[in-house]
Amino acid sequence: MGPSGRVKTLTINGHPCSARSGESVLQVARENNIFIPTLCHLEGLTSVGACRMCLVEIKGSNKLSPACVTRVFEGMEVVTETEQLQKYRKLILALIFSERNHTCSICVSNGYCELQTLAQKLGLEHIHVPYLYPVTDVDASHERFVSDQSRCILCSRCIRVCDEIEGAHTWDILGRGVDCKIISDLNQPWGESESCTSCGKCVHVCPTGALFESGKSTAEMTKRQFLPYLSLMREEKSHHE
Amino acid sequence: MTPDEIRNKAEEVREANQAVKHHVCVCMAAGCVSAGSDKVREALEERAAQEDYCNVKSVGCLGLCSAGPLVSIESEGVLYQKVEPKHADALISSLGKKPVKQLQCDLESPFFKAQKKIVLENSGRIDPETIDDYLAVGGYETLIDVVTNWEPFEVVDEITKSGLRGRGGGGYPTGLKWGTVAKAEGSEKYIVCNADEGDPGAFMDRCILESDPHRVIEGMTLACFAVGATKGYVYIRAEYPLAIERLKKAIVQAKKMDVLGNNILGAPFNFDIEIRLGAGAFVCGEETALIASIEGSRGNPKPRPPYPAEKGVFGKPTLINNVETFANIVPILREGAEWFSSLGTESSKGTKVFALAGQIKNTGLIEVPMGISLREIVYDIGGGIPDGGQCKAIQTGGPSGGCIPESLLDISVDYESLKELGSMMGSGGMIVMDESSNMVDVAQFFMEFCMSESCGKCVPCRVGTVQMHNLLKRISAGDATVDDLEMLIDLCDLTRNTSLCGLGQSAPNPILSTLRFFRDEYTAVLKPSTHAAVE
Repeated sequence: MGPSGRVKTLTINGHPCSARSGESVLQVARENNIFIPTLCHLEGLTSVGACRMCLVEIKGSNKLSPACVTRVFEGMEVVTETEQLQKYRKLILALIFSERNHTCSICVSNGYCELQTLAQKLGLEHIHVPYLYPVTDVDASHERFVSDQSRCILCSRCIRVCDEIEGAHTWDILGRGVDCKIISDLNQPWGESESCTSCGKCVHVCPTGALFESGKSTAEMTKRQFLPYLSLMREEKSHHE
Repeated sequence: MTPDEIRNKAEEVREANQAVKHHVCVCMAAGCVSAGSDKVREALEERAAQEDYCNVKSVGCLGLCSAGPLVSIESEGVLYQKVEPKHADALISSLGKKPVKQLQCDLESPFFKAQKKIVLENSGRIDPETIDDYLAVGGYETLIDVVTNWEPFEVVDEITKSGLRGRGGGGYPTGLKWGTVAKAEGSEKYIVCNADEGDPGAFMDRCILESDPHRVIEGMTLACFAVGATKGYVYIRAEYPLAIERLKKAIVQAKKMDVLGNNILGAPFNFDIEIRLGAGAFVCGEETALIASIEGSRGNPKPRPPYPAEKGVFGKPTLINNVETFANIVPILREGAEWFSSLGTESSKGTKVFALAGQIKNTGLIEVPMGISLREIVYDIGGGIPDGGQCKAIQTGGPSGGCIPESLLDISVDYESLKELGSMMGSGGMIVMDESSNMVDVAQFFMEFCMSESCGKCVPCRVGTVQMHNLLKRISAGDATVDDLEMLIDLCDLTRNTSLCGLGQSAPNPILSTLRFFRDEYTAVLKPSTHAAVE
């Protein structure tokens, strides 16, 4: 098929790439092992272009384009790394860190967090924008899961996976601007939600520690009834001798 | 009703109107009503009932809102200001004799002379609550002509030739938009009228809908004919109860006359208009958010492309124009594209309605030809600054616009000139500021607005506006350092270039334009950098 057919050819950072018509710039970049940072994007869910981490330059356009929702076209020239883009990505990450209370050392997702990993990867060493320190809620009413709004980055993955994959649409957003909040049903406690099927998909797609399985955080650690048996074990040991 | 029946009806109304010598027109737009014009009307009606040579009529906005309640008597060529119920007797008795001097407005003053009324040509002259008055001034005559004699593509061509650009702020060529939707494939298409006017201090669209709702309906119906749509929505904010009520009445009246609904004017062409009320979110003026809201979803913007012309309401091709844009359609098709494009400048044609507010003598609604200078608007039409004050700057474009200093007031009012100065045409709010205004406070006011109106979807707008607002607060309080200003500039740059929709992209404009022209007001209160102290 020719250039006008279903196959499109383009360059990303000067590398020639081929793509199927309808593919996004992000898909093509990943197929070609070209790194573009993302937070709200998750393969299999509708892309929303909300986190703005995947912004790239496209020749001929005077605006930056989010790679996750930008479709390829024939002869497209994409640039994913410029000094300006790197500066913007770091500042956006810094804004996310400043928005809620992200304290890695006490977080259940420490070491498994996409926000943390991305910050390390992009070399974000210091948050120079002032922290907002909002007072946020923890909802531990569900028997298996917990939501901690302190760590939510409002990527809306939980909303999309619950709506598009599980079909329950338990999650949605309440409020506007910086006061936005993820809510279950009509802002009821998660444990009382009638639509939640307890499938846990939202927990697994959450990029941070905002949604997690109960019993995993440091404060929730319980100890087995082990101590009373210690002396007994000793006794038995000495008895054998 | 057939076209002939409508024409006969119009003739009947005209004859009936001519039978009465004097029509006493009382402004019943929101501004004058809140100044008590309903009481004035009652008093006038009571007094006029004793005479047979006059009747009292409720009309739309007469423009000079600061002098309300206003009463206009066209047969006498007079406009009365600040009328109170006690004046009713004097006013009615004076008809045909000498006008009441002490209440008279000077109609020769630049406020009236320098204006050019196209969009507002019927405003203040007809009763917006009856279709009869609209018919009498030639209303729906254009629709009859177009439906019987024109092809849809000719309408699109005429609008393209006129050079009309979107009046909602962006200034996108209207003809191009119509052409795109007309070409879009699909048997179902939608027309949307954006009446979600949310800029602080702007009330143009409200006044147009309150004063001449049929004009907007006729414009939408013509658009429907041109692009092949089937259904229209007027997305209007619930804070405009009077405009909603009048629009509802007008839709019912238009359907009864067969100028709206099924088989319009007997032709095989259907168009229905539904009203959707906005719940007051500023972001719903952004077209993709507006579409989401019409569909019943949360009013969040979406990335474009796909553009609404291709995938809009319920995924169908959709034409979205602002109220004022639709109000321009009838005169263009009636008088011709050439006439329209002879008005204004090279790139900006026609007129623009502005809501003049702030520290200025004549506040109110004005319509001026494009290309007029800001100085003429402030000093001639606006009458200058009250109490001998000095004009400092003019804010145009609302929270997305910027401040233009007094020294640059000679620039021409058109899309490009305003943009070059870091402001924008916007929907038409114009706030005049005198020497008492602090520009950091002005920037803070608009940033507070953007912060609380951000939908929260994308990070730069959601968090960036809060951080910028906090920094402005620190600067105002005198607690900020040189580093804080640097961070503010960085955040402006980020929010402008990385936000998802127009709200975020233009949110830094009030800061950037005040920094450009009034930088010393920022730097005067800054402390030295803390970085130097550490070394």
